[in-house]
Amino acid sequence: MIIDLERFVVDERPHWERLEKMLSEMERDPERRHPLRDVLEFHELYQRCSADLAKISTFSGELDLHRYLEGIVARAYGEIHAGTQQQRKLHVGRWFTQTFPSTFRRRIAPFWLSVAVTIAGCIFGAAAMKFDSEAKRTIMPFQALNESPTERVRKEEAAQNDRLAGRKSPFAAMLMTHNTQVTFFTMALGITWGIGTIIVLFYNGVILGAVGFDYIHAGQAPFLFGWLLPHGAVEIPAILVGGQAGLLLASAMIGWRSRETRRMRLRRILPDLITLIFGAAFMLVWAGIVEAFLSQYHAPVIPYGVKIGFGIAELAALSLFFARAGRNA
Amino acid sequence: MNVVKTGTLPLRTPEGIVFSLPLAGPASRFLALSIDLACITAASQGLERVFGVLKILSVGQALFAIVYFVLSIGYGIVTEWFWRGQTLGKRVVGLRVMDEHALRLEFSQIVVRNLLRFVDALPLFYLVGGAACFFTRHSQRLGDLAANTIVVRDLKPSQPDLNQLLGGRYNSMLEQRHLAARLRQRVPPAAASIALDSILRRDEFEARARLELFGELAGYFRGLVEFPPEATEQLSDEQYVRNVAEILFVKRA
Repeated sequence: MIIDLERFVVDERPHWERLEKMLSEMERDPERRHPLRDVLEFHELYQRCSADLAKISTFSGELDLHRYLEGIVARAYGEIHAGTQQQRKLHVGRWFTQTFPSTFRRRIAPFWLSVAVTIAGCIFGAAAMKFDSEAKRTIMPFQALNESPTERVRKEEAAQNDRLAGRKSPFAAMLMTHNTQVTFFTMALGITWGIGTIIVLFYNGVILGAVGFDYIHAGQAPFLFGWLLPHGAVEIPAILVGGQAGLLLASAMIGWRSRETRRMRLRRILPDLITLIFGAAFMLVWAGIVEAFLSQYHAPVIPYGVKIGFGIAELAALSLFFARAGRNA
Repeated sequence: MNVVKTGTLPLRTPEGIVFSLPLAGPASRFLALSIDLACITAASQGLERVFGVLKILSVGQALFAIVYFVLSIGYGIVTEWFWRGQTLGKRVVGLRVMDEHALRLEFSQIVVRNLLRFVDALPLFYLVGGAACFFTRHSQRLGDLAANTIVVRDLKPSQPDLNQLLGGRYNSMLEQRHLAARLRQRVPPAAASIALDSILRRDEFEARARLELFGELAGYFRGLVEFPPEATEQLSDEQYVRNVAEILFVKRA
């Protein structure tokens, strides 16, 4: 098709500029509801510019014009075909008390798998401690856990000074950031078809099982539960939720029994994925505070019964939260 | 795995319009990342000064640790969300994150592609992400694959120096207006772009390569539209291509 290019540009430029202006307004304020008249005008301009792009494609020398039109057609195409209403305002309270628990329940299958892998790791860790005398040195992640549980309990209970005096806040911050990083990493490893996520969950389970066996075997169960339960009642479920997110990502990557393409599967799970992972991060803030300010203080400063009771209460509240919260929303 | 990389992602709208997005390569992406890391480092240095006085108190140390963590994780998420797919580094280098189907970028996509940096950055210097970029068709790192995003070059069209085309010489082919119009119609944009680049960069070629290149190009253009001998005789191959480029690119009043 031979057209008078100069005249074509002069005639069409006002429409291109109008579409560009409308696009900039939409991009600046995505929540604005447009009147029907504007929507119809936008659609008409999009079709007109698309047709202009098709016409200009026959002009080899008009590369810049071609790119310019491609740019605005691509932007308009994105706005028209995006489908969902973009939501910029986030109501944190409603999101945490309704969206997070209901998403958790809707995606419960990968959570149970996450629990099963961790329990398998615990069994392995405990078995390794029972049958292999060298296992303790290999498994324990830091030196303090290598000493005898009885010796540690004796030292902790006899301590006169607060070893965390003046350092509780930085310690809590360190725990929060480190645990959140581990949880994000556990989720991100879902991209390896879940292999990485399963390895991290299993390894966590191995350490937990080994430590648990070591202390219970030494007759220090009250100390163990008093030490771990106050923060672990929230921290361990948070990491399991991170694993749930990772395994959800893995299930979309694998697509077992699904007729959808990988891209479609991933697009569908992404909002749930970020809800789970940010929910887990929120839980870890609480766990970090409890670990720094409560878990590190033992009897006689805080009786084990109080600490264990507190941990059980947290676990019950968390279970209730995940089971009931957001049901009526 | 046999992956054909084209450097562009062609898309077809339901209306039948085809447009293509120019994909960013690993090198430009690494440059943008380096700028972003420098920004995060500079911001954390600034924060350290701000928190310097407070850091005497344990609460100040805790606040600094948390703010630094949020900054390092949230920098990419916040900037890409508010600047529609661009961080500071991407702005400088001229890159933009887009949805793989050119749809509007969603918040969940931005979060996931940024959180998957934990894996892409392994084992060091983004080796996993770089390798993924190199081997995937649309130069995607693992975060892009999970979030269905691509990184494109945010092209700002620039006018080439068209005065170089003719060098003040008379273009005999322009006299044949109907043939010139047919040539504009038949030459594909990619071939027009090669002709223009060849002329603008002609002094960079070795003499032999220059002869071969312009010979090949002139042969190609001669095959598309046949001009009468009186318009083209005594024209060297290079002059022929110059004349063709002038017909294609120079606008006449």
